[in-house]
Amino acid sequence: MRKGTLRQILLITDGCSNHGEDPIAMAALAKEQGITVNVIGVLDQDTIDESGLREIEGIALSGGGISQVVYAKQLSQTVQMVTRKAMTQTLQGVVNKELKQILGPDVSLEDLPPEKRGEVMEVVDELGETVELEVLILIDTSGSMKTKLPTVKEALLDLSLSLNARIGDNRFAVFVFPGKRGNVEKIVDWTPKMEELSTVFPKLTSGGLTPTGPALREALTYFERKRSLRSLIRDDESYFEGSM
Amino acid sequence: MMNHTLKGLCNLRAGTVVTGKWHHQSYKLLKPLGHGANGVVYLAESMKGIVALKLSDNSEAVTSEVNVLRRFSKVQGVALGPSLLDVDDWVTPLMKKHIPFYVMEYIKGEDFSTFIRKRGKEWIVILLLQLLSALDKLHQEGWVFGDLKPENLLVAGPPPTVRLLDVGGTTLQGRAIKEFTELYDRGYWGLGSRKAEPSYDLFAVAMIMIQSCCPIKLERKGDGRHQLISIIQADGMLRKYQAVLMKAIDGKYKRASEMKQDLLATIHRSAHSHSKQRASKKTTQKSQRSKKRKRGKAKSVVETALIIAVLLCAYAIYVYHQILP
Repeated sequence: MRKGTLRQILLITDGCSNHGEDPIAMAALAKEQGITVNVIGVLDQDTIDESGLREIEGIALSGGGISQVVYAKQLSQTVQMVTRKAMTQTLQGVVNKELKQILGPDVSLEDLPPEKRGEVMEVVDELGETVELEVLILIDTSGSMKTKLPTVKEALLDLSLSLNARIGDNRFAVFVFPGKRGNVEKIVDWTPKMEELSTVFPKLTSGGLTPTGPALREALTYFERKRSLRSLIRDDESYFEGSM
Repeated sequence: MMNHTLKGLCNLRAGTVVTGKWHHQSYKLLKPLGHGANGVVYLAESMKGIVALKLSDNSEAVTSEVNVLRRFSKVQGVALGPSLLDVDDWVTPLMKKHIPFYVMEYIKGEDFSTFIRKRGKEWIVILLLQLLSALDKLHQEGWVFGDLKPENLLVAGPPPTVRLLDVGGTTLQGRAIKEFTELYDRGYWGLGSRKAEPSYDLFAVAMIMIQSCCPIKLERKGDGRHQLISIIQADGMLRKYQAVLMKAIDGKYKRASEMKQDLLATIHRSAHSHSKQRASKKTTQKSQRSKKRKRGKAKSVVETALIIAVLLCAYAIYVYHQILP
C-alpha cells in the first residue's frame, strides 16, 4: 500500500513582518496547494505585541495549520507538539471528507456515536504513524531572533528525533529569512536527518528586514509537485473502506 | 498554554450536572481532581457511585485515550489503568458546545511523591518493583506507557499498591511515543530514540527513582549521561543501585522483569552485606573483649605470685631471726 505525503511549513518567528506581500495571503496560497502552514511565535521575557500576535494567528488560520506562542525555553516541546497536532488535524480532515462521501454532507466525526469514533480515530492514528511527511522549516533570523537561534536549533533536532521515531519517512528542509542575497536562503536541502543542521547554524548572521510574506511564497516553490494531498485519499481508498 | 474552552472546563462549579447525549447518563460534579494537557478530571457522583470524569476540548485525544482504556479493560486482573465506565458527549447549556467526556473508576489514593514524602524513602524501591511488574504485563500486551512520571502514578491501598493513571501517552510498540515529559524522556537526555519500546519506559523508571531520591529541579546541561552519573554518585541510596540505574539509562534492559530481578538482587545483596558487616563487627568486638579478659587474668596471676613472694620473704626473715637469736 503506497501512502501519500503530508506537507507542512513550520514558520518560527518572533513578531511582525515589515516587507513585501502579506504573509496571511501567502499562507492562504499555500493551503490551496495542499500545504499546511504552522506558526510558532517565540517570546523573550515579556509579551509579544498585539499586531505580531494577530499576524501569527492569521497566518496559521489561513494556512490551515496551528499557531502557538511560547517562551524560548518551551520551544522543543512545542515544536514537536504543533507538528504532530497539525498532522493529525490534516489527516482528520482527509478522513472527515471521506466520511462525508460515505455518510452524507452533514455528517462530521462529532455526529458519530463515541464507539464508532474510536474506530475512525484508530485509522487516523495509523495514518499519522505511517504517512510520509515533508516539513519545510522557515526561520526568522532578523533582529531580536538572534539570541533565540541556539534554542531553535535544539528544538529542531528534537523535532527530528520525535518524527524519526515514526514508521513513515520524513524529509526536512531548513530555510532562513532574510537571506544573504534574497528574501530567503536555503541552509539545509531536503534530508531525512536533521543532524546537518548543527554545522550550518553557527554561520548564520541575523539582521535586516523581516520579509515573512515573500519568504513563504518562495518556500512554496521548493515543494516537489509530485503528489497532492488528494492522492492520499485515492491511494488509501481501499484501506479506508476495508477498515470501517 | 490553555485555550478558552479548556479554561472554562476547569472552572465548572460543584453541583454541575453533566448529562450524556448518547447514553443519557447523568453525573453530578463534586470537585476537580486535576488537569492535564488536554483535559480536566472531576470527581463525580452517579447512579454507579463515585466516579472520575474527564472532560476535554480535544475530541481526538479523548477518543485515543478511550481506545487505550478499552483495550486495557480486556486485560483482566491487572492494575494497568482505571477501568472505563462510559464515553459520551455533553452539550453544555451555556456554550451550546459538544464536550466529549469519559467516565472511569475512581481510584482513591495519594500521588506518588506525596506518599514517599509521608511514608519514607524505603518505599521508593518497593513501589518501583510493583510498577515494573505492571509495566511488564503492559509490554507483553504490545504497549508502552510513554508518559511515565510520578504525577501519573497513584498509590492506592491499603496495602499500598501503585496504579498507572493518564493513558494519554500510551502507544503501540514500534510507533512513535505519543506524549512525553522532557525530564523522563530519554530523547531529551540525548540517550535514545522516541520509538515506543519497553526500554523507553524503563529509562523513565530510572528517572523516577532519581527524582524521588533527590527531589531537586533537574535540567539537562551538556552531556546528559555524565550529569545523571554524577547525580547518582552524589546520593547514598542511588549509589547503591547505580549498576541497575545505569543499565536502564543506557537502554540495556529489554524487559521490565529483567530490571525487576536486578533491583531485587541489589536489595538482597545490600541486605546481605549489611548483616555480614554487622556479624564481622560482632566477632572483632568479642575477641577484643576476650583479650581484655586474658590481660586481666595475667595481671591477677602476677599479683598473686608477688604476694606469695613477699609473704615467703617475710616468713624467711622471721625463721632466720628465730634460728639466730
